[in-house]
Amino acid sequence: MAKLLELEDLRTQFFTTAGTVKAVDGVSYDIEAGETVGIVGESGCGKSVSALSILRLVPDPPGKIVGGKILFMGRNLLELSDVEIRKVRGHEIAMVFQEPMTSLNPVLTIGRQITETLEQHMGIDRQEADARAVELLGMVGISDAERRLKQYPHHFSGGMRQRVMIAMALSCEPKLIIADEPTTALDVTIQAQILELMKDLTRRLGVALIIITHNLGVVARYADKVNVMYAGKIVEKGSARQIYHNPSHPYTIGLLASVPRLDHKRGTKLVPIEGQPPDLTLLDQGCAFRPRCRFAEDICTREIPPLEEVGGGQYSACWQKDKLSQPAPAAS
Amino acid sequence: MYQYIVKRVLLMVPTLLGAAVFVFFLLRFIPGDICELRMVGEGGYVDESALATCRAGIGIDKSIFLQFVDFMWGFVIFDLGTSMWTGQPIGYEIGLRFELSLQVAIMATVASVLIAIPLGTLSAVKQDTWIDYVVRGFSIAGIAMPSFWLGILIILFLLIGTQAFLGEAWMPPIVYVPIWEDPGYNLSMLIWPALATGYRYSAVATRMTRSALLEVLREDYVRTARAKGLLEKIIINRHALKNSLLPVVTVVGIEFAFLMGGLVVTEQVFNLNGLGKLFVESVLNTDYTLTQALVMVVVAVFVLVNFLVDLLYAWLDPRIRYS
Repeated sequence: MAKLLELEDLRTQFFTTAGTVKAVDGVSYDIEAGETVGIVGESGCGKSVSALSILRLVPDPPGKIVGGKILFMGRNLLELSDVEIRKVRGHEIAMVFQEPMTSLNPVLTIGRQITETLEQHMGIDRQEADARAVELLGMVGISDAERRLKQYPHHFSGGMRQRVMIAMALSCEPKLIIADEPTTALDVTIQAQILELMKDLTRRLGVALIIITHNLGVVARYADKVNVMYAGKIVEKGSARQIYHNPSHPYTIGLLASVPRLDHKRGTKLVPIEGQPPDLTLLDQGCAFRPRCRFAEDICTREIPPLEEVGGGQYSACWQKDKLSQPAPAAS
Repeated sequence: MYQYIVKRVLLMVPTLLGAAVFVFFLLRFIPGDICELRMVGEGGYVDESALATCRAGIGIDKSIFLQFVDFMWGFVIFDLGTSMWTGQPIGYEIGLRFELSLQVAIMATVASVLIAIPLGTLSAVKQDTWIDYVVRGFSIAGIAMPSFWLGILIILFLLIGTQAFLGEAWMPPIVYVPIWEDPGYNLSMLIWPALATGYRYSAVATRMTRSALLEVLREDYVRTARAKGLLEKIIINRHALKNSLLPVVTVVGIEFAFLMGGLVVTEQVFNLNGLGKLFVESVLNTDYTLTQALVMVVVAVFVLVNFLVDLLYAWLDPRIRYS
């Protein structure tokens, strides 16, 4: 399958008074049409910034994309003019944001916020756009759509607002949706509903999906491929199955050990990852995870480990990866 | 909503009453009275009995309590009485000037909004560029410059400019004619004081627009709007501006109410016979009845404007609902 989106060595930095923050530091991954890719990591690891960089939405100043390529269907998004990138935004690539409470404009009706995108990109008039908005709300499971369209965001619950965001994202039939922590701000019961809805709709409409989350459980369940990020870099990538069953980076191992699992015995203690993520202005020439790593050796302080294949399309950026990785499980 | 409006209107009554009590007793603290002022002002020996006749004539010989009852009764029967100084009905004295002051206040407010919102928006969108600096300089100058001084400058420039280009010096007319009788003449007179005060008042509103907009532009929903690929002008006009207007509306409302009685010096410069001038005269004359009435007019305008601003809030932000 052709690549839909390819990130090559993307670098996004923030120039602050405290120094240069290398929020995204040489990230490469790709996504095929219709595929779901998860990006996992702790807060501040650069996963949201890498997503915002795709549509060039990183606030500038202080942020700037300083290097790399973002190829979307063969075009480098970083080289597009402002007019051209605006035609990509919301039209070919749409976003769903974390905070459904603040991501919708409080003074505009839901209907207006959906139809304005349609009017902008699809060149249709208000009436057609209204009809389409009714249809979209139906798709995301909001009943009584015609009445709901005239209401304002504060009439909706968090989960309903996120459904509206999804309807907005789907409105112009994009090829890719980037969901930045789409369920973090929601109740657990609603989280599952929203994720199921996104998975179901993207599969049905053949839309590719990037889910950014700190929740490995979400990724394991919904993503085909997973990129694990730490301190602005991808430290491990592979299929969801590989990452979950055969993690080959100490950070991924730590993340998995800190997540409660139903298939473990009751009373099994969770093991948190000790320490804090590093200050991104103070990174040195060694592995960024080294201070928190149980497996760290001399070489880890001297050189940054490259992202190398451990087998079967799984990659890990760790000097000790061969010791950590078990043979890939037989295909099942 | 109707309930709310009725409630607010009823609540105006105690506010007005409080203001009335306050101004009534405050005025009586001023030493001397209008009769002393009038007769001593003419110099020479003043006969006590003449003073007494004078006081009896305008009713300030009565006890304070009775005077207060008279004052209050005036509200009930909608009769503000007569001016102690001129002897004319107060309704007539104020009516003469109210129109002019209202028109100048409205025009100055319109001018200040027309200056403030575009400039404030421009300055926020172009934050920290030379455009922003120019706008900020322009608005700081507006605060720093007294509007009467700007008024003098305007008059001088008009005189010199017309002299130079038309060969004949032209000055704005100085006799007030209502706008519906001769709009051109009326506007050619009042536009200048409106501009002079409007510029000054735009300064605060410009800064307010700028900072409110800068705040709103950092909101998540503006990022959402960008992610939807909307045109920048739609993002600013539709998404950001409406959200940032609440504080601006508040400031403009207060300014408008102030303009109704506070344009003392500017009125002097442009030789306008407005409420501000009448206000000062009535206080200097210790004209109790007129001063009281003027204060009540200004209080009523303040209360009314605040009410309108609150209604405007609900229109701007659908989350604000009164019941």
